[in-house]
Order: sequence, then C-alpha cells, then structure tokens
Amino acid sequence: MDIIQNISILGGQDKNRRLELVDRIDLKMGDMVSVVGPTGSGKTTLINDIELFADRNTPSGRRILINGEVPSPDYTENPASNPIALITQHTTFLSDLPVIEFLTIHARVRNNFRPEAGDLVRQTLDFANQLTGEPINETSRMMELSGGQTRALLIADAAVICNTPIILLDEVENAGIYRVRTLELLREYRKIFLFVTHDPRITLLSDYRIVMQNGSIVKVIHTTEEERSLALKVSQIDDVLTAMREKIRLGEVLVDADLEGLL
Amino acid sequence: MKLIICAGPATTGKTSVLRHIIRKLIEKDHRAAYLKIDVQFAEEDIKFQEEFRIPTRKVYSGELCPDHCSVMVLGDTIKWAQKEGAEYLFVETAGLCLRCSPYVTESLGLAVLEATSGINLPLKVGPMLSLADIAVITKIDRISQAEREVFRARIQEVAPDVRVREVNALYGIGIDPLVRQIEALPDVGDSLKLRGNPPVGTCSICVGKKEIGWEAHFGVLRPLDNQTFYRGQ
Ligand SMILES: Nc1nc2c(ncn2[C@@H]2O[C@H](COP(=O)(O)OP(=O)(O)OP(=O)(O)O)[C@@H](O)[C@H]2O)c(=O)[nH]1
Ligand SMILES: Nc1ncnc2c1ncn2[C@@H]1O[C@H](COP(=O)(O)OP(=O)(O)O)[C@@H](O)[C@H]1O
Ligand SMILES: [Mg+2]
Ligand SMILES: [Mg+2]
Ligand SMILES: [Zn+2]
Repeated sequence: MDIIQNISILGGQDKNRRLELVDRIDLKMGDMVSVVGPTGSGKTTLINDIELFADRNTPSGRRILINGEVPSPDYTENPASNPIALITQHTTFLSDLPVIEFLTIHARVRNNFRPEAGDLVRQTLDFANQLTGEPINETSRMMELSGGQTRALLIADAAVICNTPIILLDEVENAGIYRVRTLELLREYRKIFLFVTHDPRITLLSDYRIVMQNGSIVKVIHTTEEERSLALKVSQIDDVLTAMREKIRLGEVLVDADLEGLL
Repeated sequence: MKLIICAGPATTGKTSVLRHIIRKLIEKDHRAAYLKIDVQFAEEDIKFQEEFRIPTRKVYSGELCPDHCSVMVLGDTIKWAQKEGAEYLFVETAGLCLRCSPYVTESLGLAVLEATSGINLPLKVGPMLSLADIAVITKIDRISQAEREVFRARIQEVAPDVRVREVNALYGIGIDPLVRQIEALPDVGDSLKLRGNPPVGTCSICVGKKEIGWEAHFGVLRPLDNQTFYRGQ
C-alpha cells in the first residue's frame, strides 16, 4: 500500500441538490479534524462517504481522493489494504460470536493472516478496558455487550487491530465511555482523525472543524488562538462535571467542594 | 441475451439490488426482462412493470421447490424474454429450499445475503452460496465496519471462489461494479445446464437430469404458462 499523505473531499450537493458550498477540503497526515453541525445536517453521511470512497455514487454526490488520486479498488476488496477504520454510531453488535473469537477473526482479516494477530487481540482488550468502567469478558457473546462496552471495543479495534492511517469516529462522546482517556490514548498515534462531535473539549483539541448544514459542508473554521486559550478552562469545567456525574452514578451527595476545580 | 439469476433468503434485498441494477441498465438504453419465482405471493412483477415499463412475469411454485420450479420454467422464460426483445433477463427466486441452487451454466449467479443475518448464515445456505458467482451482501449500513469485515471473512471461508460485493441497496451504493460485470457477460446459448447436483429425490431433476425446460423431464412438470401437471415416462 502506498503511504497515505492526504485525503481530499470533493464537494457534491446538499439535500436540495444545490452545489455544496465548500468544493474541496484536503486533510493531511497528522490532522485532527472535527465535524460539527445540527442533528440531520449530514455529519454521518460525510464520514460514510469517506469510508465508502464515494465516487459521485452516494446521495451527496461527493468524491473522495487519496493522495490526490482515485482510490485503488483494492481498498474495498481486501480489508487488509483498507486505509480507513470507521467507528460508527452503532451501540450493539448483531454477532453472537464470543468476543475473543470475533477479535481473532478480525485481527487475521485486517493483517493478512499474519501470525502475530494473537497479540493484537490481547492489546485490543487492554485498550478497550481502559475506556469503559465495565471490563469486557472475553467469553461474552458480542451481542451481549453493553452500549459502552461495544463502543470501547470498536475504538480499540480501530486503533490496535486496524491501526489504519485514517480513523473516523462518529460521536464518541455519546458512547458511555471515558472520553478523555479515549482522546489521550488515540493521540499517541499519528493518523488523520475525523471526529463527528458536539463536544467543546474535542472540538478545541482539533486543528480545524468542518461545519455542516442541510447536507452540505458550509465552512471550515481553523481553531483560533482565542479558542485555544479557552481549552484549559473548558477542560477544567469538563473534568468537574465528569467527576460530579461519576459521584451521582455512585450514589454520593454533591457538595460545594465539588466545584473547587473551577477556582 | 444475458441471464442473471438472483437467489437469497426472504427479504434480504434481492429486489432492491435488482432495482438499482435494472435502473442503471435502462439509463444506458439496455432492454431488460424480469421473472419472479416465489412460493405463494409476490408483487415485484407488477412493481417493476410500472416502474420501468419492462416485460415481467411471475410464477408461484406452490408445492414445488422454487429452484425446481425455476428449472422447469426457465426454458420457456428465455424464449419469452427473447421474443420481447430483452438483452438482459433477470430471474429472482426465493431460494427457500436450502438443498438446491437455481444457478445455470452461462448465467451470472447472484446470492444475496444480508449483513444483519447473523454470522452463521453463510454456513447454512449451502449451494445457494457456494455455487454462486457473486455473494452480494446487503444492509451494510446497519452494522459496524468491524462486523461487516468479519461477516465477509465468514463467507469467504465457506465459499472461497465466490466474489464478495458489499452494497447498501437502499441508496444503490456499491451497485456499479455489479453492473459492469453483468454488461460483460456472454450471451446464453441453448444448452443451459444446472450447475449443481440436485438432492436425492424422485423426479427427473432429482435423479440428476439437468436439462433446462420442462419438455426434458418426467414427473410433476410446470410450464411457464400452465399449471403443474404430471407426465409419466
Ligand atoms: N437498511 C437497508 N435496508 C435494505 C437494504 N436492502 C434492502 N433493504 C430493505 O429490506 C427490505 C426487503 O427488501 P427486498 O428488496 O424487498 O428483499 P427481497 O429479498 O426481494 O424480498 P422477497 O423477494 O420478499 O424475499 C425492504 O424493506 C428494503 O428496503 C440495505 O442495503 N439497507
Ligand atoms: N448531501 C446530501 N444529499 C442528500 N441527502 C443527504 C445529504 N446529506 C445527508 N443526507 C441525508 O440526511 C439524513 C441525515 O443525515 P446524517 O448524516 O445522518 O446527519 P447527522 O449525522 O448530522 O445527524 C440522512 O437520511 C442522509 O441520507
Ligand atoms: Mg449522525
Ligand atoms: Mg423480492
Ligand atoms: Zn429444492
């Protein structure tokens, strides 16, 4: 596989068949990008287009290029050559395979059946268990996993087993997983990350954000200096709220001191 | 004329896949005809006739296995479609009897399976999958990418020679490669044969006579236009 340097999104049309306002975006290796916009504005459609290597054959009419060229058909025919891992909004699996067997098959498929796939399964479970408060039992059936466990496993699978140069994540913040830990672990990898998100903390960490409206990319906002200077405070507020949420979950009572992190 | 035989369990998306293929062929000014074989109820013939203005037929197989029924009526159907001037004949069959498979030589066999059907389905459908040319996996929008790839691997394990194509048959995503493959098919000749060996049984198909068309058979027979009847040897 050629080394991936960039992906380009060539504009299509919005839901009313009007030309997309932004006609080209080039994402470079190492970019961390957010996709924002109201519900129904087409955020999921955009990252699905990327994952499908859309070629004016999806409802949006967009086209995706890799390193400036039409993507190789091999990307979609052999998962081991696919440079993209997509973490969808699904919170359940349909498969009744045990977790360990599912991951073993996927590790073999994504790594051309090389023998070291076994190690990857162990690492994937370790990664996933850092993201969820409920440890995953490797003999559970996939379909029995909770929403949080499902998302944790999908993220770990994308980072460790797929380990692709491009990772697309659809609303990880709604997943019932440790969001901050997820970001920390993912940032250890150099990749192109696209986060569909409503979360200020994730948004402020990104280099720029793609703004969606009515099925169209309407603008690209580069994170400003002022926004960056807000990031620290936003993280503090977020940590305080997260800690309060955790206390409530554990049946504890909130006190004045819980807000001290903000002072 | 080119022949495409499309089988798969109920509601997997056979009609949805064929609808996108037929639309794309018609956009290129090709002429298509369509036959639906089902056990007791189907309305695709009416829908496709209204939507595409193409010649369509349907056959209820009743007490026959739909795949047996397809062997019986296919000879007549090819003559009918040729008379209608079709360049592509599509046959959609319910594939309910999992011991048989409807694919014939010189045709393109599509086995339509849904990604949502559970990881063991490829192990259960037998010759419907293993004798096909292409396994079309529908409803990929309903599951995660990881699960899709594991499902695909399961199919390739059971049927290593069958090509896998993943589609979203709601929006027609992934249909183009199928259309290209169909356009490249050779025309059918006049000695079509079933690909597989039918299961043990008592009619002449069941005992291994593979000729297409009811005229070549004995026992319970089924022409395209008439009801089932019996002819002894
Ligand atoms: N989400 C989703 N739904 C699909 C897809 N393909 C088909 N469907 C839906 O599945 C249902 C059955 O589709 P059909 O195309 O009628 O299936 P079929 O195999 O022809 O069904 P029978 O001929 O009745 O056995 C319909 O409601 C379709 O809209 C797909 O790729 N994604
Ligand atoms: N450019 C477009 N053209 C046509 N339909 C679109 C377009 N973008 C999105 N849609 C449709 O709009 C609906 C909502 O889009 P979705 O991507 O799920 O939004 P979000 O993820 O932002 O909530 C979907 O049915 C999708 O198919
Ligand atoms: Mg969405
Ligand atoms: Mg149908
Ligand atoms: Zn049968």
